[in-house]
Amino acid sequence: MRGRSKPRTAVAVALLLAAVVTVLALPAHAGADLLTPEAGPTQNAQDTDTLYKIVFFIGLAVIGLVWGILFYSLFRFRARRGRRAPQIHGNTPLEIGWTVAAGTIVIVIAIVTYVFLDDIRDPVASGPASLAEARGQNASVNQPPPGGKALDIQVSGQQYLWRYQYPNGAVSFQEMIVPRDVTVVLTIKANDVVHSWWIPKLGGKVDAVPGYQNQTWFKATETGTFKGQCAELCGIGHAAMGAKVTVVEPGQYLTWVEQQKREIEDARKLVQVQRKQFQAEGAL
Amino acid sequence: LTTLARPDVAPTPEVIVDDLPARRAGWIDWVTTTDHKKIGILYLFTTTFFFLVGGVEALLMRLQLGSPDSTFLDPTTYNQLFTLHGTTMIFMVIVPVAAGFGNFLVPLMIGARDMAFPRLNMLSWWLLIAGGLVLYGSIFWEAPQAGWTSYAPLSTANFLPGHGIDAWIIGLHLVGISSVLGAINFVATIHNMRAPGMTLSRMPLFVWTILIYSYLIIIALSSFAATLAMLLVDRQFDGTFFNTTEGGDPLLWQHLFWFMGHPEVYIMALPAFGIVSEVVPVFARKPIFGYKAIAAATAAIAFLGVMVWAHHMFATPLPIGVLGFFMISSFAVAVPTGIKIFNWLATMWRGNIEFRVPMLFAIGLIAQFALGGMTGVILAVFPVDWQLTDTYFVVAHMHHVLFGGTAFGLMAGLYYWFPKMAGRMMSESLGKISFWLMVIGFNATFLPQYSAGLSGMPRRIVEYHGDNLTTYNVISTIGSFILAAGVLVTVFNVFWSIRRGRIAGPDPWRANTLEWFTPSPPPEHNFDVVPTVRSLEPMKDIRRSVIEREAALSATNGAGQPPPGKTAEPL
Repeated sequence: MRGRSKPRTAVAVALLLAAVVTVLALPAHAGADLLTPEAGPTQNAQDTDTLYKIVFFIGLAVIGLVWGILFYSLFRFRARRGRRAPQIHGNTPLEIGWTVAAGTIVIVIAIVTYVFLDDIRDPVASGPASLAEARGQNASVNQPPPGGKALDIQVSGQQYLWRYQYPNGAVSFQEMIVPRDVTVVLTIKANDVVHSWWIPKLGGKVDAVPGYQNQTWFKATETGTFKGQCAELCGIGHAAMGAKVTVVEPGQYLTWVEQQKREIEDARKLVQVQRKQFQAEGAL
Repeated sequence: LTTLARPDVAPTPEVIVDDLPARRAGWIDWVTTTDHKKIGILYLFTTTFFFLVGGVEALLMRLQLGSPDSTFLDPTTYNQLFTLHGTTMIFMVIVPVAAGFGNFLVPLMIGARDMAFPRLNMLSWWLLIAGGLVLYGSIFWEAPQAGWTSYAPLSTANFLPGHGIDAWIIGLHLVGISSVLGAINFVATIHNMRAPGMTLSRMPLFVWTILIYSYLIIIALSSFAATLAMLLVDRQFDGTFFNTTEGGDPLLWQHLFWFMGHPEVYIMALPAFGIVSEVVPVFARKPIFGYKAIAAATAAIAFLGVMVWAHHMFATPLPIGVLGFFMISSFAVAVPTGIKIFNWLATMWRGNIEFRVPMLFAIGLIAQFALGGMTGVILAVFPVDWQLTDTYFVVAHMHHVLFGGTAFGLMAGLYYWFPKMAGRMMSESLGKISFWLMVIGFNATFLPQYSAGLSGMPRRIVEYHGDNLTTYNVISTIGSFILAAGVLVTVFNVFWSIRRGRIAGPDPWRANTLEWFTPSPPPEHNFDVVPTVRSLEPMKDIRRSVIEREAALSATNGAGQPPPGKTAEPL
């Protein structure tokens, strides 16, 4: 009996190992985040990543311990004819020991969390170089202001797109343009149902809840395009509610935001002109 | 009359059975029975049916996600599928399946002849069926499509005016009443109907978990009934509980929903832990290590479990102090959970472990649940949760706990108690095939989902656009079909073994608890004589007393030697 069951167990274990290796190896080629979160060129995303890694490795050690004891026991104490297990009912010092150990681990994780919390949550000052460049290029625009202040952008979610309003009144949809090295503070609102703002590489999620204002921030130190999408189910168009943040040099940002404002004003004027024409023609 | 006529003889209790109604035939007997064992089996078949339905819904979703930019399903159908999948698996599978095992086992384990309220018991099952019919009736008109969480205001009439959400509300009301009535029945039974000597500290750990499960259901699902009623008022009677423009608050829904939703996790997990606490000592041939610690940990998990709900809401606008509180309380749950795991390990330590199918599934639970618990701790760190919430990381974590944990535990329970229910053993070889298919399929399905979430894939999206997500999703889809094959092997095993399995006898596993004192399957009245319980492992006492009696008998017969084969087996 034992002779027959052993090869079968071996085959099963081999299959399991093959499955695990496949799971672990295949995506490794993709080079994407197999075990850690996305982290782009912002402090809050990177600190989140570091905090995750600390907790992950503590967790991994605990899992290693549990699996180690488990599989060692399964091998070492597998049934053998004639052996009788000792009839032990418990051990109070041991119980107290692992209770205290588990408690200590979670307390350590809580302390580490609070060490990292401020850096993730509180906006830092904008980079001085960017500010100088921005002011030098276009002094008439009051953003981004000097002295460590931030660029405020209003984000509103609605089924199924994101709308961004910049300090000068310019508006854009889906794609947000921000200057590099400037602290961007986002005020997030929802116009209909609950949405969730998320650009994985720039930091964590912030829910947009009707009737509430939520806030987040980021300061991208590199230019580039960072994609994300709505993370809270908001209806049948949920998967299509994309978002994109393009980080450009401060000068480019100022040019763009001015142009965007002008285009919107022009379009508004054009609409007014056309409406007058239509009214004159009696079409409306 | 004889005892009354002779007052010198101590009266003995007697059961008068001469005016029992005649048994009805076939299925009518089943649907009108008040026998807790039949009701338990009805629950198990009902939940198996819903489990297969929910499984098909999952496979359809995995097919859709098997390739990027897939158009296999349209967004409405996809949203309906994940809503039905979540609602079905949680409210119509995992919660009532524990009621199924509990119904069959609790009276047997505590030495009672039935549940405290047999007719209420039958009503609970009927209400479950009614709830299922209402929920699934909706697919002929319009199925609900706001997710199993049905967040307001998406779930209000302004955004989903069709009646799918109304069917969801009414269906869950019925299922909720079913669960609450069942829970009241368990509480009454466990507190009042234990056999002589069965003190709380000698109660099997599975019964402990059913008791705590029942208290949690009474707390969580009663409050959920009010929550559902508020949504119904908003939808149908111009209420404004969740409508911001009229002074309502969408976050109120989230608080109320998760006040049910998180205890629900422990409602689902604790009975599976109870099964493991029964199975591990039997197959390690060692008493459970730290009985009182495990029972206390169960109660502690439940107590802490009702104050962690807002860890589902870390990304909503809540004060940072509130987030801190819910992080710490969520961490605190990890401590009693860890205690359980270490006590199971200590039970196996220096044991004599027999790898029968129930034990394999119990080991599967311990190994996989440990990982699910670990990712749960990661999610409880709220700054990290901002990155991970509402992604596939959460989906993977939750399935690691509910499938790798709970469902594996329930499988262990099925293989362990099937011989008692059917009188026949399940096939060991089919069981082992099923186990390995499920382990491989489960991990292939859900481990890549952690990576998908870490790579930025939100949950509940009908499509993704390739990038780095395709590989993870392809593996996950293949894994889900392996997992489904593993489940089907067990379903086949059940139907095959009911007719063809080896005859089990009363106590095939040489187990410790009272249900094995009865024939398999047990007679309608359970016990001819309700045994007196003297320890945590009454079957060991009973076996010992049988041996002693036989030894005494053979001694008086002058044989000197016990009959061969009677004491050779170590107890």
